[in-house]
Amino acid sequence: MNVDTEKEQRSDAPVVRLDHIRKEFGGIRAVEDFSLDLHTGEIVALVGDNGAGKSTIVKMIAGVHQPTSGSILIDGREVHFGNPLQAKEHGIEVVFQDLALADQQPVYMNMFLGRELVKGPLRRLDRPRMIREAQALLSELDINMKSPRGPIRALSGGQRQGVAIGRATHWAQRMVLMDEPTAALGVQETSRVEETILRMRARGLAILVISHNLDQVFRISDRVCVLRRGQQVGVRRTAETDADEIVAMITGARQGAERR
Amino acid sequence: MTEVQAPPHRRVADALLPKASGGGRIALRDYLVYAGLVLLVLVFSVTLRHDGFMTSDNLLNIMRQTAPDVVMAVGMVFVLSAGEIDLSIGSVVGLSAVVGTKVLQHHGAVLGVAAALGVGLLVGLVNGICVTYFRLPSFLVTLAMLSLLAGLSQTATNLEPVAVSNQTFSSIFGSGSIGAVPSLLVWSLVAVAIGYFVYRHTRFGAHVLAAGDNADAAQVSGIRTNRVKIGVLVMSAMLAALAGLLYSGSLQGSNYQLGSSDLLAVIAAVVIGGTRLYGGRGSIIGAFAGCLILGVLNNGLILIGLTPSEQLVAQGALLLLAVLLTMRENRTGK
Repeated sequence: MNVDTEKEQRSDAPVVRLDHIRKEFGGIRAVEDFSLDLHTGEIVALVGDNGAGKSTIVKMIAGVHQPTSGSILIDGREVHFGNPLQAKEHGIEVVFQDLALADQQPVYMNMFLGRELVKGPLRRLDRPRMIREAQALLSELDINMKSPRGPIRALSGGQRQGVAIGRATHWAQRMVLMDEPTAALGVQETSRVEETILRMRARGLAILVISHNLDQVFRISDRVCVLRRGQQVGVRRTAETDADEIVAMITGARQGAERR
Repeated sequence: MTEVQAPPHRRVADALLPKASGGGRIALRDYLVYAGLVLLVLVFSVTLRHDGFMTSDNLLNIMRQTAPDVVMAVGMVFVLSAGEIDLSIGSVVGLSAVVGTKVLQHHGAVLGVAAALGVGLLVGLVNGICVTYFRLPSFLVTLAMLSLLAGLSQTATNLEPVAVSNQTFSSIFGSGSIGAVPSLLVWSLVAVAIGYFVYRHTRFGAHVLAAGDNADAAQVSGIRTNRVKIGVLVMSAMLAALAGLLYSGSLQGSNYQLGSSDLLAVIAAVVIGGTRLYGGRGSIIGAFAGCLILGVLNNGLILIGLTPSEQLVAQGALLLLAVLLTMRENRTGK
């Protein structure tokens, strides 16, 4: 009974549905038969060993790679992302592991990378407005820096991460994908990023976050999806599982198949 | 909505400084090229005060002589900023001049100019397609093109010069003037002004810098980096073709050797002007100043009375010094 209502709730129109996704790179299988529903206001953690295929999944949702077979559905409609721009147009934003920042460019230009604001008949770059909006966003996210006019290369690791996450939150309408968002950060910066992730959930975004840090997974996620050698081992509600089970699933000591 | 305007001094600084040199922080290196130019002019105006260095005739002459390099330097700033390089510009100058003047002899100035620019367009497209779709390094593609086009110019002319008797053509592209301003200087200023606008104030300019800075980041941000790279290589080749026309106009003719010694000077001027060799940062105005430094230097050395071979040595030594000063900073600024 309880299970049924829960199932009812969950199948209630996922924002993004991955349906039997498979990805090969030149004959080598990276991801096999991967299905996952992602809902608004939900944080799903994607865990698994190195090379399990986590980044490949993120890149397929982001439009960087295209699935070999299977489909991606947004609000129930099948979509094909030929390039990252098309994923962005559907309100999907990514914080890549390497952050995808242009080091020599000013912070505000990175915030608007590929979507620069223009004004007037000559379509001049509207730098004052981009600077203003970047400034507002940075202070909203509590990221300290002297000025958004400075180049990325002058920033600390935490500040860079802040810029990448700020950019994603600014543009995301549906979903944010994060590949190891706190891997290179200190304790204080990590907790700040986690707060931001929770705030994005409160805003009604769907969030898929790759993390190697199981403490973090249990702190912030609603569900955990375990990947092993390109195959989905299982999905658990975070509240109904524990670290031992997840570790066992990651290492292959326990197959998740017996539990849905 | 009230616009927050930057104070005037800030806006002037923005125009002069290499893009993305960083807000608030003003590095000495960013002004080095302008300081160098002023210093050089001061030194020559004192040491050569009896040799007519500071006369308006001589200064305008310097402007005229640097015009082709200025035009090409604008293109080179874009190419380097996009993380590529174009070594073929010198040969494009020669081939477009030869083809343009040959067509002009028989079919008139309009078709001649179109033919020259067409050579630039074609070469730029081939360069761009090799670099993007075939993923070849631009260094090698344009190096091969340098040799290929030089051979073509020699074949097309049988090593003989081509004369131009069309007065309108040589007036527009060479010897003419608007009031007191030589038309060659007008071409320089127009190229710099348009180049500056596109580089600093359009999305294309921003995408060029992003593509050269971090191509992967630009790509995943939805920037069509292939189009950007083809775009800058076409621009560079077409500006080189324009430079070929400027040479043909001022010399009232062309030969296959035109432009063959310009490549080094253009790259040197651009790098001295604060453009990073590895992409992501540059300055159009700085490149203009860099060209003027080389032009003034050249002129001064002639007035001093150095022989051509001594000039080469002096020029090379100063170039090395200038590049040392600017590149050292640029590398640490990585």
